[in-house]
This record gives sequence, C-alpha cells and structure tokens, in this order.
Amino acid sequence: MRKIAIYGKGGIGKSTTTQNTVAGLAEMGRKVMVVGCDPKADSTRLLLGGLSQKTVLDTLRTEGEDVELDDIRKVGFSNAICVESGGPEPGVGCAGRGIITSINLLEQLGAYSESQKLDYVFYDVLGDVVCGGFAMPIREGKAQEIYIVVSGEMMAMYAANNICKGIVKFAEGGGVRLGGVICNSRNVDYEAELIQAFAKKLGTQMIHFVPRDNMVQRAEINRKTVIEYEPAHSQADEYRTLARKIEDNKMHVIPQPMHTDELEKLLIEYGLAG
Amino acid sequence: MVANKTNPATEIDSVDPNELKAELVAKYPTKVGRKRAKQIVINRVDECGEVPEMGANARTIPGIITQRGCSYAGCKGVVLGPTRDIINLTHGPIGCGFYSWLTRRNQTRPDGPEDANFMTYCFSTDLQDEDIVFGGEKKLRQAIRELYENFKPKAIGIFSTCPVGLIGDDVHAVAREMKEELGINIFGFSCEGYKGVSQSAGHHIANNGLFNHVVGLDNTPKEGKFKINLLGEYNIGGDAFEIERILEEAGITLVTTFSGNSTYDKFANSHMADLNTVMCHRSINYVAEMMEKKYGIPWIKVNFIGAASTAKTLRKIANYFEDEELIERVEKTIAEEMVEVEKVRLEVKSRCEGKTAMLFVGGSRAHHYQDLFAEIGMKTVAAGYEFAHRDDYEGRTVLPNIKVDADSRNIEELHVEPDPERYSPRKSEEALERLKAKGFRFKDYDGMMPEMESGTLIVDDISQYESEKLIEKYKPDIFCAGIKEKYAIQKKGVPMKQLHSYDSGGPYAGFKGAINFWREIDRMVNSKVWSYLKAPWQESPELTATYAWE
Repeated sequence: MRKIAIYGKGGIGKSTTTQNTVAGLAEMGRKVMVVGCDPKADSTRLLLGGLSQKTVLDTLRTEGEDVELDDIRKVGFSNAICVESGGPEPGVGCAGRGIITSINLLEQLGAYSESQKLDYVFYDVLGDVVCGGFAMPIREGKAQEIYIVVSGEMMAMYAANNICKGIVKFAEGGGVRLGGVICNSRNVDYEAELIQAFAKKLGTQMIHFVPRDNMVQRAEINRKTVIEYEPAHSQADEYRTLARKIEDNKMHVIPQPMHTDELEKLLIEYGLAG
Repeated sequence: MVANKTNPATEIDSVDPNELKAELVAKYPTKVGRKRAKQIVINRVDECGEVPEMGANARTIPGIITQRGCSYAGCKGVVLGPTRDIINLTHGPIGCGFYSWLTRRNQTRPDGPEDANFMTYCFSTDLQDEDIVFGGEKKLRQAIRELYENFKPKAIGIFSTCPVGLIGDDVHAVAREMKEELGINIFGFSCEGYKGVSQSAGHHIANNGLFNHVVGLDNTPKEGKFKINLLGEYNIGGDAFEIERILEEAGITLVTTFSGNSTYDKFANSHMADLNTVMCHRSINYVAEMMEKKYGIPWIKVNFIGAASTAKTLRKIANYFEDEELIERVEKTIAEEMVEVEKVRLEVKSRCEGKTAMLFVGGSRAHHYQDLFAEIGMKTVAAGYEFAHRDDYEGRTVLPNIKVDADSRNIEELHVEPDPERYSPRKSEEALERLKAKGFRFKDYDGMMPEMESGTLIVDDISQYESEKLIEKYKPDIFCAGIKEKYAIQKKGVPMKQLHSYDSGGPYAGFKGAINFWREIDRMVNSKVWSYLKAPWQESPELTATYAWE
C-alpha cells in the first residue's frame, strides 16, 4: 500500500487534482482510499457526487466510542473509498487536533489494515502546514510520499517551498519523501519552465503539467471528476497520465528547500524574462 | 547523610560560599551555568544597606528540576482559591482543577449555616478531546448555567488552562454573556499555565481581575474607627483566624483579607478601608498599588509571622492612625500576649539556639519565616524564593531599574486613574509628612537580602540538584520548602517543614502561631529520627530473600 499526501497553497486545486487522479487510479483497477483532512469536509465531493454527510469527528461526537468503520466510509466513483475527517466551525476549537484524533481513530478501526487490500491511501490536507495537526499525515510514517500542487504564481511557490521545510523536518525521523510537484496551470508565462526549474532546485521533479481547462470547472459544478463527467475529454487524459506517472514514480527525495532570496531570484529570472 | 553535629557554627563557617557557588555552577553547561550564576548570589550588606543584584523572575531552563508552579496555579490556587463564596470554575481538563484544589490547606469559617462555602467543592468543565477539537465555549456556558441552578452563587470566576488558550476559547465573552443572562457577577481570567515564567504571572492576572470586576462594587460605609485590609494572607492552617483574633483584641477593624477567610461581599466593599497592609508583597502588591491610585488608600508592608514581627506590625498600624487610645490598646494587647509567648520562646530557644535553617519557598515566606527562626536563636544560612522578583530580594528601591522583558510584558498592566467620585486621600499631605518625619515608611519593602547576614547564600528558583548540594555542605538542622521537595530532603536525613501547606500544622501567624511554630520546630530539629533513618541499600547493598515455601 502506498500512502500519499497532497499538500499545496489554499485554493491551488489540491482537492480537484487529488480526486481526478484518484479517479484515474481507480479506473485502472486500483483500490484507493481518500482521507480528506480539511474541516470543510469537501475533499471527496467529486468522487461521491455531493458532500459527505458524516465526517469522522461528527460520528465520533454522536456515536461516542462506539464507531464502526462503515459509519465513516463512503464508496464513491469506481469504488474509491472516501473518508472526511471534518472539524470545527471556522474560528473555534482546534482543527489540527481534530485531524490527529480522526487519523488515530481510522488506525484503531483498521482502515489501513492488510485485510482492506488497499493499493493507495491519499491524504488531502488543507492549505499550508500551519501547525502540528496539519503535519499529522506526514508524521510517524503515516504518509510516505508527498506531492505538492503548485502553479507559476509566486505565493503558490512560496507555500510549496515552506511545505518542503516541513517535509525535511519529518523526513529524518519519519521517512517521508517528496515524490514531486504537480503544476496545476494558471496560464502564467513560462509556467512549465519555471516550475521545472523550481522543482530542480528543490531536488525533485515536476511530475506533470496539468493544463488549465474549463472542463474541470464544468465537471465540478456537476459534482463529478472530469474522468466521470466527460471520460473522452483531453483533460481526462491529463489526469490519467498523472495517475500513471504517480503509479510508476520511483523518485522519492528529501527536498532541499530554498532560502527566500534564492526563491525570489528564481522568480525574477523566469517571471521577468518575458 | 547528615552527621551528628557537635558544633554547628564551625561547620557553617567552614563552608566557603564562593567555592560552593563555583561548584554548583560548574556542573551545568556553560550557558546554563552563566544564567544560574546570576541567580546564586552571596549576600553582602554594606553600610548603606545596599545588596548585590539578584537574578530573579527569569525563565527556568528545561531539564532543571524546579520548585515552580504555573500561572494558572498562581491565579486560581493561590489568590482566589481561599475565597469561600466565589465559585472557582476551572475551564480545562480535570487534572488542572483537581490538583489545584485546596492543596495549600486554606481554611475558611462561614458566618452560619446559610453562608455559602464552595471551597469543599472542585469545579471543572472537564474538557475532553472532542471539546478541544470543536471548542469548549458551549460546555463552559452549560457549566455556568448548571452552577447557577445548583448553587445560586454571587459570583463565578472562570480560570483558563493551557489548552483553552491554544484553541482560543473566549472566556471573557462567555463571562459577559452569562453575566447578562444570569444577573450575577461572572468574570474570566486568561491565566493559561504557560503565561509568564512562574506562578507569579498568575498572581498579577488575579490581582487585575479582582480589581476590575469586584473591588469597589459596594460603597456601603464600613463601621469602625480603624479600618484596614490585610493583603497577601491566605489562611493556611488557620493563620487568618489568629490574625483576626489579634486585630479584634487590639480594636482594629478588618474590612477584608485578600484572600484568607474572605468573601465576595468583603472584596466588593474593601475600598472603604483606610489602610492596606501587605503581607505577601509578591502576590498582591498590585492590588495595593491600584487601590492607592484609584481610591487614595495608602499601603504599608507588614508581617504577622513571628511574635516580635507581629508586635511591630501592630505598632505600625497604630502609629499610622495616630490615635493614643489605639496605641495604648495595641500595647496592652502585645503585653498580654507576650507573657505566654516569651515563656515558650525561652524554653524552646534553650534547645534550638545555634541551630541552622534553610528556606526555599514562595515569594515572601522565605523572608518572613526567618523572623520566627531568629526569635529562637536559629540562623538562616541560605534562602531563596521560588517565584519572586528582584524587589522582593533587594527591596523596592530597585523597581525603576528592573528590566522589563517579553515575559513580563505579556501580562497586562492596568492603567488606573483616580476615581472621580470616590478618590479620597486617607491622610492629608501634612499628616503624611508628619508620619514620614517620624520614620514611618509607606509602600516600602526592603526585601529579604538586607535583613540577612553577609556571607549567606541566596539562591533564586533553586533546583533539586542545588538543594542537595547545599544540604551536603551546610548540613542544616531544618529545610523549609514545599511538597515537591519534601521527600527528597527527608531522604537526605534532614527534617523538612512545608511552608506552603504547613504539613498538617498551623496556624503559625501571630502570637499563638509563633508558639505553635516553635513547638513544631523544637520537635523536628531535636528528634534525631531522620538522621537515624537508613535505606536498606545503605546498610546492606545486596538483598537476599527466600521463597516462603522453601
């Protein structure tokens, strides 16, 4: 079983990319579980055709200790298993602690055990790694492979670089590795070249360049992944390619995050070159 | 470990404090040693009463076994814990509430069966994992409603623990909302345990809260000619009862104590007093300062620990009021009380004279109790506070020179203005000058060091390692500290007296308290029980045994 976590700046398209990639892997016959680690609980909406009504933490609250695995798992597109950690309303409590609680509960209930015959677990984690709770999926060997979703926009790259700092911290003890960066295009000039150079600096690869296409938006409005909504569309093939590349990926590194000035130099080089 | 001693004086004189300090510091890594060196000082009092600078109120270095407690403990446990009719509600996991519940043996005496006393209860919101994740405000509201329904208290105080600060529950907003809903006084304290460097931060937060939310709510004039408040007295082992008895005998009216044997109504009315007397300077000087600014009540430092100190304190209060009748009555009280006191003192002194003590406790206790020991001829060879600041060591004259660091800045400093209607200076300018000319000193505390001999060792925030070293070198006859140190000290063969909780004794304040204390110390230093104790492994390192069925 490969355990993968997807990180990236807020709004970069982590959940969309994760679900489309998972759809690609599921279509290939792989058994995949997606664990949404965002209090908004919208990481599995496209696979399930709507928001999950029962998050792990909600169930824990209503059922107490007496929780069954099937209470919190839903089966979505192509038999992909979907779990939402859930969490508090904005501005109250501690969402980070919620993620820790919910991943611990999943472990206790045997969601990751051999008998589940999973090929992949995907963690879709909210925004930046702001505190210990959001680092949970990369701590203690829970996820072994990280992919960072990024675009050619400056703040997205800043965030990606910061996430790499978090990975380094846990790489030494926990064995987590960076598998690559996924460029989710924003149609920035020289975007592919910039991200390739950025990835190289980090000591990793740009595993795939996902072009921008309105089809993604259309599928989303219909609560579906592109692969499900328009299987013959070229954008569906992009996600299939990304899924294939992740399946075949052998490059797992401890990233070398840059100093801020180094990162800014890179941006000037590519950003202002045009 | 302590040898039977024949001549204690030579043994202490044989310890070179400079050498001992070097030895203590050498054990630490360089940077840590440098820090500790500032907090281990050999006392030197010059002709003007000046003492060396003392390092204090600095962060404890992780890994060092410290005596200190947390901000929450200082706020809830120390300052507000002894008040009987304010419900102290801990917002946090159950352990914080339970382990801060009456551990100092604070006593209280309700006026009658109808008078509320909540000190026998421990109230907590008992936060669970789920409350941490989803926020604890809802549970806090529910707890307050439940308290109101069950107890109908006049006031509820909410005390924040560490996790509450981390998840950002707004206890003050909940307090305001519930105050509105229930119509009783409800106030919150942001006294999360991690604030500040020790419990001292919690004392300050408690002082601010009391001053903001309770003091001054009831303007009913208090009857009595000589009205005082007693600040920084917590009725451990019944200390406040003895002080109340003495004050009554001397004809002095006590409006309230902060906070031994106190009530909410007395706090609310406390600004009607004409003098604030401060016992524990560290934990409560803030309230004294703020009441002076807002209401014009002067404050003086007093000490009811020690018979001679009690007499001195009574005279100081009488002199403040400049009333012949009061002065006479105080003298009469002292004379009457001293008969029994002197009899016991001389008897105990005959057995204790020349013996030595070490005191490492509190923010004023390590100072005050030296008086009690001195009165029976016992010398304090080393002392230090757990959580005091430089002014408690060197005196208030150093206040302008204390560097304010980030840890102190983190604690709110209230801005207080004279109350437009209620500010009324209790003494005219001339009266103040007249008293000062006679040597009367207001808002003044000289600190511990000027009253200790040169060459004694002062250690702030002493660690367990340092305590053990000091015991080995000085071989004191008694060591005074708290429960965390107790058993480690006793294992070294030295009698140990707790001055946080008095073990199971008390009162030790006032005249009868002095008698109690001396009898206790006499018993402890003159029974050899601790030095006779040997652990099994000290006598036979290898234990042998057989099975019972063999």
